Amino acid sequence: MSLEIIGIFVLWLFLFGYVIVASIDFGAGFFNAYSLYRGNQHILNKIIQRYLSPVWEVTNVFLVFFFVGIVGFFPQSAYYYGTTLLVPISLAIILLAIRGSYYAFSTYGNRMPKRYTYVYGLSGLFIPASLSIVFTISEGGFISIEQSGPVLDIASLFTSPLTWSIVVLSITAVLYISAVFLTWYAHYAKDEEATTLLRKYALIWAIPSLITAIGIIVELKFHNPEHFERLVDLWWMFALSVLFFIGTFILIYKRMNYGLAFTLLCGQYYLAFFAYGISHYPYLLYPHLSIFDSFTNEAMAIALIIAFIAGLGLLLPSLYLLLRLFLFNKEYVQGRNDSHV
Amino acid sequence: MASEQGVLYSRALTELTLTFHIIYATIGVGIPLMIMIAQWIGIKKQDDHYILLARRWARGFVITVAVGVVTGTAIGLQLSLLWPHFMELVGHIIALPLFMEVFAFFFEAIFLGIYLYTWDRFENQKKHLLLLIPVALGASFSAVFITVVNAFMNSPQGFDIVDGQIVNISPLLAMFSPAMPTKVAHVLSTAYMTSAFILASIAAYRMLRGSTHLYHKKALYLTLKLALVFSISTALLGDFAGKYLAEYQPEKLAAAEWHFETEENAPLILYGVLDDEEIKYAIRIPYALSILAHSNPFAEVIGLDQFDEDVTPPLYIHYLFDIMVTLGMLLILIALLYIIGLIRKWSFIHSKWFLWIMVLSGPLSMIAIEVGWWFTEVGRQPWILHGLMRTAEAATSNEYVGWMLVLFACLYLLLGAGSIYVLTSMFNRNTVEQELADRKIEKGGDTFES
Repeated sequence: MSLEIIGIFVLWLFLFGYVIVASIDFGAGFFNAYSLYRGNQHILNKIIQRYLSPVWEVTNVFLVFFFVGIVGFFPQSAYYYGTTLLVPISLAIILLAIRGSYYAFSTYGNRMPKRYTYVYGLSGLFIPASLSIVFTISEGGFISIEQSGPVLDIASLFTSPLTWSIVVLSITAVLYISAVFLTWYAHYAKDEEATTLLRKYALIWAIPSLITAIGIIVELKFHNPEHFERLVDLWWMFALSVLFFIGTFILIYKRMNYGLAFTLLCGQYYLAFFAYGISHYPYLLYPHLSIFDSFTNEAMAIALIIAFIAGLGLLLPSLYLLLRLFLFNKEYVQGRNDSHV
Repeated sequence: MASEQGVLYSRALTELTLTFHIIYATIGVGIPLMIMIAQWIGIKKQDDHYILLARRWARGFVITVAVGVVTGTAIGLQLSLLWPHFMELVGHIIALPLFMEVFAFFFEAIFLGIYLYTWDRFENQKKHLLLLIPVALGASFSAVFITVVNAFMNSPQGFDIVDGQIVNISPLLAMFSPAMPTKVAHVLSTAYMTSAFILASIAAYRMLRGSTHLYHKKALYLTLKLALVFSISTALLGDFAGKYLAEYQPEKLAAAEWHFETEENAPLILYGVLDDEEIKYAIRIPYALSILAHSNPFAEVIGLDQFDEDVTPPLYIHYLFDIMVTLGMLLILIALLYIIGLIRKWSFIHSKWFLWIMVLSGPLSMIAIEVGWWFTEVGRQPWILHGLMRTAEAATSNEYVGWMLVLFACLYLLLGAGSIYVLTSMFNRNTVEQELADRKIEKGGDTFES
């Protein structure tokens, strides 16, 4: 396996990690706001707080890891994406900043006024929308290379059905992933009331998330036929992903083994995400930037991979400890052991 | 290429973000060490006051960490958004420390979460103390790695340029650039120093507000002792940094000192104003610049006459340099007076006016940090990579930078106001006296060392 492939594989894995943990986070914020609106916030509040409090910072690091990594492994991407993405990424940063800080402000400081809970909940849906624009742009057709450098055609980006489909996909996926995880988590915490409500959300968002995902494959046929061809070649991965989806849905519907349901859900998104990634090969930005012409020099690549392995050696045990102490600690999860500073 | 206005806006936005981020980042680097020390002393002395100190600092720390994390994410992305050419080039050479910084941050984030949520969970407080070690290490190492990147910008090395192509890249050599040792040491030392002074400010403020509790006296003594140690080390390291400048970036030192002509026995110019190349109202200390630059009163110091005008930094950095050094000296004096005063039992250290001075010490230290960073960054102009790439060549060609500047300014205003409001109301609602009573802490150790 070449260094380029290792590099992009590692980054894609971390991006996948971010998609899952951030979806849980964003979705939780939305469900929390929605339940406040419906007047039954007391049902979800505790479950969500208990999950989010010790991990909110860690979520952010997955994103930082991805963008620092991509500049490290593929420095040229900084030039193309950096120049063109100023506006959407800046908006995402601002929303992330407001979200992250107000979460800490309210959890550790004061109780959050109602309107912040709404802003917090809604911002969680705008962030995936603004970040997912990167995926749209990577399909090509929105960036032209001018004398001054690459320029993003904002008008055609905003009128393209592909853009909006990806936005809708990201939002439905966020709500679906989050609902399934929280259903399992609430059940694990023996909070039946919350489980029932979250199970309902999971079932509601399952079908739209599948429909939008399939819709995008169809749209790529018109937007980027070359990419579509490669997607079709990987049909078996998508088929397996759909099977996993059906498995999750049945388990949730029958109120059986939510833990397995969440595992299948991760499998479903892992397969789809990687199949999409593989079919994108070898382009980082179609057709201007491939992983080969943007790759860093060999010395840096090797140094980064060594740093990465050493870093993981440090991180994996730490993450395991975090999970043991909180997510998989029955006493903590069930709220019998709340020892916040 | 970016327009002139684009370059200006990019610089302004970067400066704004960093200026705001540095406040929270400095606290983020220094406070974990202070919490660790307080917790350790508490365990060692079996004194619950120190444990409570650690606990209350940790509670406030979370709020500042949150703002530090989100603004750090902002600057991390802005580097690529505002300076795409720079990141493209630098990615090839210096990506390693950037990458390692993320690992340090990751490590800190995990253990901070564990630390905050395991109060009262471990019977043995020593176990809890162990959790703080990775937090403090992660925080300090983030600072080390990110400063390594900044040091590289000041003294790029670890590669060759052959016919406009970068070859022979050595990531490790790039990390260990000449500017690295002094910069990293100075940054760490000032972060610890500032955090200690800020915590001292809080204790002094509580005492001014009429609280006579032993808890605040212990806090003040502990933090000012630490502040004294770190402010002295900061001054020493600052001197090394000056010697580094004389050797590797003489134009920065010359601009900072308004040293126009290369000469031996160079005097140091303190304060003053510049009026058409004429220095007025300044204090000239003979030989001092030669000593600062080369530890030798008769040594030759390179002046601005050796450089083309288009590669010399703006001369206003002299004021920044003066403010930084003056504040540093003043802070050493404050800490020294307090500590000696305690030992010799001088009564004025308990007087209102001296308490007010100690309240000011935290903010002054933070101002010194900001001014020091502006000095070092503006002193590198017009280069983004010293001697290699000009700032104007690196900026983005995107035309919306101005708008983003406005948006981010609003964001920082919001975050700044929010964090101040939350922090003050958090501690006003729950005073030390109340918390001590709530937790039924009587065992506070009534021996106040002095």
